Amino acid sequence: MAEEFLDKKFSGKTVYNGITMGKVLVLRKDQEQIRRIRVENPEQETKRVQDAVDVSKQQLSMLYNKAVKEVGESSAAIFEVHQMMLEDEDYLDAIYHVIRTEMVNAEYAVAVTGDNFAGMFAGMDDEYMQARAADVKDISARLVRNLSGQNNMDFSTMEPSIIVAEDLSPSETVQMDKKKILAFVTVHGSTNSHTAILARMMNIPALIGVPMDLREIQTGMTAVVDGAAGEVIFEPTESECSKAAQKIAAEREKLRLLQELKGKKNETSDGRTINIYANIGSVSDVGYVLENDAGGIGLFRSEFLYLGRDNFPSEEEQFQAYKQVVQTMGQKKVIIRTLDIGADKQADYFALGKEENPALGYRAIRICLKQPEIFKTQLRALLRAAAYGNLSIMYPMIISAEEVKQIGSIVEEVETELKQAQIPHRRPEQGIMIETPAAVMVSDELAVLVDFFSIGTNDLTQYTLAIDRQNQRLEDFYNPHHKAILRMIQMVVDNAHKCGKWVGICGELGADTQLTETFVNMGVDELSVAPPMVLKVREKVRAI
Amino acid sequence: MKEFTYVITDKEGIHARPAGELVKLAKSYASSVFVIKEGKKADAKKVFGLMGLGVKQGMEITVQVEGEDEDTAAVALETFLKENL
Repeated sequence: MAEEFLDKKFSGKTVYNGITMGKVLVLRKDQEQIRRIRVENPEQETKRVQDAVDVSKQQLSMLYNKAVKEVGESSAAIFEVHQMMLEDEDYLDAIYHVIRTEMVNAEYAVAVTGDNFAGMFAGMDDEYMQARAADVKDISARLVRNLSGQNNMDFSTMEPSIIVAEDLSPSETVQMDKKKILAFVTVHGSTNSHTAILARMMNIPALIGVPMDLREIQTGMTAVVDGAAGEVIFEPTESECSKAAQKIAAEREKLRLLQELKGKKNETSDGRTINIYANIGSVSDVGYVLENDAGGIGLFRSEFLYLGRDNFPSEEEQFQAYKQVVQTMGQKKVIIRTLDIGADKQADYFALGKEENPALGYRAIRICLKQPEIFKTQLRALLRAAAYGNLSIMYPMIISAEEVKQIGSIVEEVETELKQAQIPHRRPEQGIMIETPAAVMVSDELAVLVDFFSIGTNDLTQYTLAIDRQNQRLEDFYNPHHKAILRMIQMVVDNAHKCGKWVGICGELGADTQLTETFVNMGVDELSVAPPMVLKVREKVRAI
Repeated sequence: MKEFTYVITDKEGIHARPAGELVKLAKSYASSVFVIKEGKKADAKKVFGLMGLGVKQGMEITVQVEGEDEDTAAVALETFLKENL
């Protein structure tokens, strides 16, 4: 295959600059339908099963060793048991029997046998044994993956890699160990998708809309991802490698120079200042905030607590997470945005159902106001955590003063309950996101009710320009510098300042250094940007 | 043929991990090893079969060992059961 692989250089749309070189990890979509194929030579199929068993056993033995080191021997034992299951003669004989009698392919035989054995365990009147059904499914799925050469993502053993995929959902990226991601390269996606946002956060190159054929790309290949050139090269030649190495070194030097801005003020030459905070999406991102010398956290997306799991996070779990963040940040401000789920961020247990038009649908504060029990759990956790540091709360997707008043009375209720239960808490500073044109137009009324505004330019732009941010075909129409947006920002700033309230920008636009001077001139008080952008924006401010 | 009975004291019964270890031990002998619970018989060299018996705490199992090394195997198996299950 390698020698036929001629077309190995692809261009895509850059969502984050930077350059990297490393091993490829191809993420294929889960479990494509297993097809039943008639075969002429069943012995060839049984041989394939044997080979796949060997590979699987090696993987499991690696997993076992890794788990012993990380979680101890008793928790690791399951991987040893999985290995034994793969040696089980009944199981293997059953697979061979299906292949020989039905003359079918190995994948199908394994899947059928796995289902049968899982069924046997599931049918036992013992909870523990019923749980073993999952083990059988697990080893059968591993065999199928190894048979069909799809190495599904096994994040536990992941090496630092360039992630190559058709597309990535937020719930997929949330599971990854971010320290091990070198770059994202996807066939689909748009520059404002969540993969893109994640790439900016992590300061890693990302390319989308890359017209590659995933069938030709294997895990383990080497690749160079050059964000600035908008290019990915699989299996680069020696000269391509050395060119990349030079660029990587130059980039490191640039980063080193930026580091010298740490500890310096965000002040223009004529003495005007602006706060530069960071946007983050999980507790583990706090390290990036401090590392990049941000003045605070301007947007802490609380969705991470809700995504990639099977049920609602408890009050205690949330409290611990928020508390940890405010304590780690010391006296610095931490603005936590309440649940912003719906639209492109989905969790099955919310049972939100399909909507004709999710961006204009049941999401964010609308869910919270309709299902106050979900909202109140989060508010209780937030008010409790506020007692431990400089926490602020921010509410997303507001369109009217009535909503803000409704939120106010729910907060009131929560506070009374906490007071009665004598649980330590504090009612913190509260603000709203300005991300709908409606909120902009009534921002004079809203400013009276809240402590601050934070302008979410991504949604504001998509709602104002009527452009779906996930729709690649519209990328050419999407002008984030549209006059309409800039005028709206000015209007919001003016209305807030009239009431003595402050205004920040927490969308991607805040990090757009072409606009930094414009924002300073408009009187914007704070810009909240991806952590790696903090020093770049500071550099820009100091150059004004 | 050697045969002995044993009552499981482990509160989880013959669950995955000791089942796996029992299989490993049984496999190290040439003799055939069977475990019988309430008339159901399973090959102790096959983890699915063994786990499939669903042996729980307080249940009595009969172990049958037959083959050239049945004496040493039976002793080793009985010791293993006493120490682990």
